[in-house]
Amino acid sequence: MSLLSNTSVLLGKELRTEFRSRELLTTTVVFILMVVVLFSFTFDPTREESRRFGPGLLWMAFLFAASLMLQPGFLREQTNDTLSALRLSVSDPFAIFLSKLCANTLFLLITELLLLPIFAVLYNVPLLGVVPQLALVLFLGSLGLSVTGTTLSAISAQARMRELLLPLLLLPLLTPLLIASTEATAALLAENPVLRWDWLAFLIAFDVIFLTAVWLFGEYLLEE
Amino acid sequence: MVTPPEARRIGLRFENVDKRYGGLYALRRVSLEIAPGECVAFAGRNGSGKTTLLRVAAQLVRPSAGKLTFSPAQTGAPPATKNTGFVAHATMVYDELTAEENLLLFARLLEIPEPAKRVESLLREVGLSERRDSLVRTFSRGMRQRVAIARALLHEPSVLLLDEPSTGLDPQGVTWLAETLWRLHGGGSTILMSLHGESEISALATRGIRLDAGVVAADSRSGASLRSILTPANA
Repeated sequence: MSLLSNTSVLLGKELRTEFRSRELLTTTVVFILMVVVLFSFTFDPTREESRRFGPGLLWMAFLFAASLMLQPGFLREQTNDTLSALRLSVSDPFAIFLSKLCANTLFLLITELLLLPIFAVLYNVPLLGVVPQLALVLFLGSLGLSVTGTTLSAISAQARMRELLLPLLLLPLLTPLLIASTEATAALLAENPVLRWDWLAFLIAFDVIFLTAVWLFGEYLLEE
Repeated sequence: MVTPPEARRIGLRFENVDKRYGGLYALRRVSLEIAPGECVAFAGRNGSGKTTLLRVAAQLVRPSAGKLTFSPAQTGAPPATKNTGFVAHATMVYDELTAEENLLLFARLLEIPEPAKRVESLLREVGLSERRDSLVRTFSRGMRQRVAIARALLHEPSVLLLDEPSTGLDPQGVTWLAETLWRLHGGGSTILMSLHGESEISALATRGIRLDAGVVAADSRSGASLRSILTPANA
């Protein structure tokens, strides 16, 4: 019970500070919009080409968004040593991680929600018929990005060369998740859309394994 | 201010505690017994290990060797850290939240009953009632320190750890802090604080310990006078 109440209080703090400053959302949305718009004008793809390359481009944009968004998560807590204050106040240190994970997933989903209609228009890919299935793939993929990224953000925040460390650790770990997410999205954007349960099962397994590992060992991530 | 009941009085025992950062010893074989309700002032030059010792006591830093125990033993929920109030060098509050939001956040995490009431009374005590809705980043250093102290006192902790707590405070602030600490100490709270020189705050100390290069160099319990330990020449 304490875990849930602590997490909800901390999530409230994360949302309040972000919606007050809009620091993460603004920079991320502007950046990935530029990526999608620039690619569209450079390649001017046909609908068929968009179906083939679109999913890869989409997940590359989400990866850029995630690496921009996840870095400051724990770095912000270093400024005034607020992480120590949180550790002294919560009943379960996992609440600190869980609140950041929820906030990062939510911010990533908001960014994706803003990007998708623009992607559909610029790349001439109809998405309306597959919205619920696409939402499921985006949710599982974004959760995986956030779990891995939030964990590595906690590790790298206390290290030297932290700006370099996060992408260095993040990209190899995320490769399987990105492949699964891209394949599942590609199957949904195809001429005859289909929900690929094999890739979906892979995404679920990735999320569950990483979440369990963080739940078991997360306390050590927060130590000095 | 409510004071901790007898059952919540806590002592600390450091047994051969080492803390290394790479090859550098911040603490070396520190053995100390702090009785429940004791008020201990730590003195020493910069880098002598005072801050590390307080962070070990707060369980924010795990010793490289040796162990820290509490008496009575702190087991089960809530964890021992929840009985601890810590004022550090950094303010440990969020610049992007208001004074009230900061205190409410920590009051809710600490599961204090009627958090809004407690926050209101603390804001009045620290003299920030009128600035409750201002973002902390707009505050002066002294005002931030008041918020930091208020955060540490929210749950009337049994163990209070203060790292140079009067930093940035004006004379009225120092007097308020001294009075508050007297009250807490009178109620049985164990207080460990690092200080530079004698002040209204140091008058509270019932015991002085001087650290030198991570080692306990003098302890008023072993015969050295409290005054000689706290005087600037030695600190």
